[in-house]
Amino acid sequence: MKKDNHQAINRRDFLKIVGISTATTAPLLSGCSSNSSTASGTGGSTSIPTDQMTYRTTSSTKDKVSILGYGCMRLPTIAKSSARESDDEIDQEMVNRLTDYAIEHGVNYFDTSPAYCKGRSEHAMGIALSRYPRDKYYIATKLSNFSPDTWSREASIAMYHNSLKELQVDYLDYMLLHGIGMGGMEAYENRYVKNGILDFLLEERKAGRIRNLGFSYHGDIEVFDYLLSKHDEYQWDFVQIQLNYLDWKHAKEINPRNTDAEYLYGELQKRGIPVVIMEPLLGGRLSNVHDHIVARLKQREPGRSVASWAFRFAGSFPGVLTVLSGMTYMEHLQDNLRTYCPLQPLTEEENRFLFDTADLMMQYPTIPCNDCKYCMPCPYGIDIPGVLLHYNKCVNEGNVPQSGQDENYREARRAYLIGYDRSVPKLRQADHCTSCNQCNPHCPQGIDIPKELQRIDRFVEQLKQETL
Amino acid sequence: MLRTIRLTTALICFTLITLLFLDFTGTLHMWFGWMAKIQFLPAVLALNLGVVLFLIALTWIFGRVYCSVICPLGIFQDAVSWLAGKRKKNRFRYSPALSWLRYGVMVIFILAMISGLGAWAALIAPYSAYGRIASNLFAPLWQWGNNLLAYLAERADSYAFYETEVWLRSLPTFIIATVTFITLIILAWRNGRTYCNTICPVGTVLGLISRFSVFKPVIDTSKCNGCGLCARNCKAACINAKAHEIDYSRCVACMDCIDKCRQGAIRYTRRKTDKTETQTNQPAVDKPDRRKFFTVSALLATSAALKAQEKVQLPDKKVDGGLAIIEDKKKPERATPVTPPGSLSAANFSQHCTACQLCVSVCTNHVLRPSGNLHTFMQPEVSYERGYCRPECVKCSEVCPTGAIRPITKADKTAIQIGHAVLIQENCIVNRDGVTCGNCARHCPTQAILMVAKDPNDPDSPQLPVVNEEKCIGCGACENLCPSRPFSAIYVEGHEQHRNI
Repeated sequence: MKKDNHQAINRRDFLKIVGISTATTAPLLSGCSSNSSTASGTGGSTSIPTDQMTYRTTSSTKDKVSILGYGCMRLPTIAKSSARESDDEIDQEMVNRLTDYAIEHGVNYFDTSPAYCKGRSEHAMGIALSRYPRDKYYIATKLSNFSPDTWSREASIAMYHNSLKELQVDYLDYMLLHGIGMGGMEAYENRYVKNGILDFLLEERKAGRIRNLGFSYHGDIEVFDYLLSKHDEYQWDFVQIQLNYLDWKHAKEINPRNTDAEYLYGELQKRGIPVVIMEPLLGGRLSNVHDHIVARLKQREPGRSVASWAFRFAGSFPGVLTVLSGMTYMEHLQDNLRTYCPLQPLTEEENRFLFDTADLMMQYPTIPCNDCKYCMPCPYGIDIPGVLLHYNKCVNEGNVPQSGQDENYREARRAYLIGYDRSVPKLRQADHCTSCNQCNPHCPQGIDIPKELQRIDRFVEQLKQETL
Repeated sequence: MLRTIRLTTALICFTLITLLFLDFTGTLHMWFGWMAKIQFLPAVLALNLGVVLFLIALTWIFGRVYCSVICPLGIFQDAVSWLAGKRKKNRFRYSPALSWLRYGVMVIFILAMISGLGAWAALIAPYSAYGRIASNLFAPLWQWGNNLLAYLAERADSYAFYETEVWLRSLPTFIIATVTFITLIILAWRNGRTYCNTICPVGTVLGLISRFSVFKPVIDTSKCNGCGLCARNCKAACINAKAHEIDYSRCVACMDCIDKCRQGAIRYTRRKTDKTETQTNQPAVDKPDRRKFFTVSALLATSAALKAQEKVQLPDKKVDGGLAIIEDKKKPERATPVTPPGSLSAANFSQHCTACQLCVSVCTNHVLRPSGNLHTFMQPEVSYERGYCRPECVKCSEVCPTGAIRPITKADKTAIQIGHAVLIQENCIVNRDGVTCGNCARHCPTQAILMVAKDPNDPDSPQLPVVNEEKCIGCGACENLCPSRPFSAIYVEGHEQHRNI
């Protein structure tokens, strides 16, 4: 799905770029200035400087960290005929190439986890990074918490040691408690405190095998506030939060279980804790936006990609250490490097412009799924992100009719139903959801997945039966 | 001229009928569905008196033009024979009629139809034989072609084509279609219309009429020089050049001889003989006495097979991503087969159906497939492993030419009970995996499934489905969407007699 999704973005971006470049080159034919070819985004052709990366320094270990961090949750896989159905292997050759390109252009922060890419991310990154001297890169990984049977002390320590082994290192630069807040205080206590694992990690930090200790946060704000209140005791070296121009003021509005990034960032700034940003692009939801939003952003900066706005937004905060981007394709990496080599911080006025854009976006009722796949695999075979992303795509393309009287009803119906079968195999569609609820606790965005699937299923039934 | 008219109309008819079997979207049927309904045997079975009288009159006036223009199997053989003629000219010769075989086969055919062996009799029925060839051999090619276009359309961001599932619905039927196909090619390649004039019961019946037809090719003995060219080009082998006679019961009015005769000695004209009133020996397929069709047995086997499922271990959620493997559904053993809504009853269905597969071709929900049961061999039956009988679709009832499935509306369908759902508690994931579900109840179009607490004394205990058989119409939504695999926890038992609820 990830692939399909990105292909769709790329294609659309590409068409736009073609459109823009033809529009711009026509008047420039006589005096072909270099500006006409600086169009960033997937089709850009300028070389990217290798020495212009913006760096931030952490207070604890004085690491000079690149503002672009490499997120290793969406690593490329070997394309098969039907990518959705097959058990894709990670494309190690491509991972190596991406890593090489990133390091060559100044990226030095790599964020992974024992859970990512069906548990194969650490291994792949270990192979790619071990080809470099250990002081050339910073590695961040997590003590993950999906299944309660990994919560015992022994299993946790085993997970930690396994991370060192898979990553082929003897110390970790950044270690995170993974996704605290999911499951509330109870889950936090059971996962990290009662089994003494937090103490273990603090000891490891003292011993130098963990250079920086922090946590990533989703969900229940009580846990976030509690951990910050214990800052004096634990001395968090950094904290990872979800921040982007939509979540800055709208996170709570989108889902009452979440907290606006404005508050999270503010609390961390107060204590001088460096902030690592995740989901700056909401898994592509801030680049795969409604045509109106694309037009608005492109009108303002025809040469910049839609995604670049989101990255500049996240990077412009001075307290931000690095902005993670899960880059699957070389084009993603190149586009992000263009944005960050060097970073041009947003002006006050540009910031306001983005907040207004965020307000506009709130009018489009997409489901806040970032395709992180934490909900997967669904035990009954549903392709949850596939179903939700197809719905979002149709919302953005105006293919979710409100009634049979809509002007474009026939085309929209066709696009929705045919596109649905194309992006999700029939047996993995929403009508097979049993609402067993096993996915819900895993969603970092707090989406009530069975409820949304059933809503989409009812909508699809209405389209099929033409009773809308 | 006459030959050109024959060729043109034949080509149009043939193409349209073939397309009826290929077009899985069901759009063409709105316009040309009648092409299947003017086929002789289907019209007789549907007691479509208008069509039958029209065909009889047509044959009585013009001879067996039906066989040359309307019957797709006849045109198919003509095409094969025409190709063979490219290699070898003037290859036919007169042969006397094998009357004992023709009438023997016809009598057996009629007896078989009356005595409830229609499914087997249909093996030699021309229209349905062609239908099986088209739906089993041509349709997959058409669908693959469509899927290729859909693949290209997907890459061009177009919704002009969508992919359809190509699957083998029944191996025996496929084999029979292939054997029929090959046999007919061999027969037509060697001797033209052998099948039509020895086996085909429709050809024999129409031959009885065309014997006395008003217009027919007549040899003018004053012009004929006895060269025999006409006979050597007669694919029906019915011109006895020496005797200047034509066997009109076998002549399919193809007009080839008229064009071939260099002397202009053959003309298509009014008969010379005196009128003798024709006796229409149309097979009288009335409602015969029917025995009970289905012996209820196999109930033991059902439960045994269904119980054999092992408890499914839910995958452990330690990492992100991945897709659980989905096992294919297996067909439950149904004590009474399910027949499509509109078919009134199992008896009505099996009496009228000629197993032409037209309904199977248009069943977009992949519910209909040819039966392997010996009593209803090749006649469609309903099963829900790949889809269910969706509320917005009544296509099979619209296309059926024989009255085996009577036309119904979507509104009618919501009240026609073709079967009822049966619960197998042990398979239900609420019991088996200890989770909540209720997917069957959520998708029941008639709200016939209720969720009730497992423990009557504890309203908070997990909810299990129960079926209100009075409201259930047997559409199979529950069976198809049940998460339990390979055997669903709820399945549909057919009703011999459909009822309105």
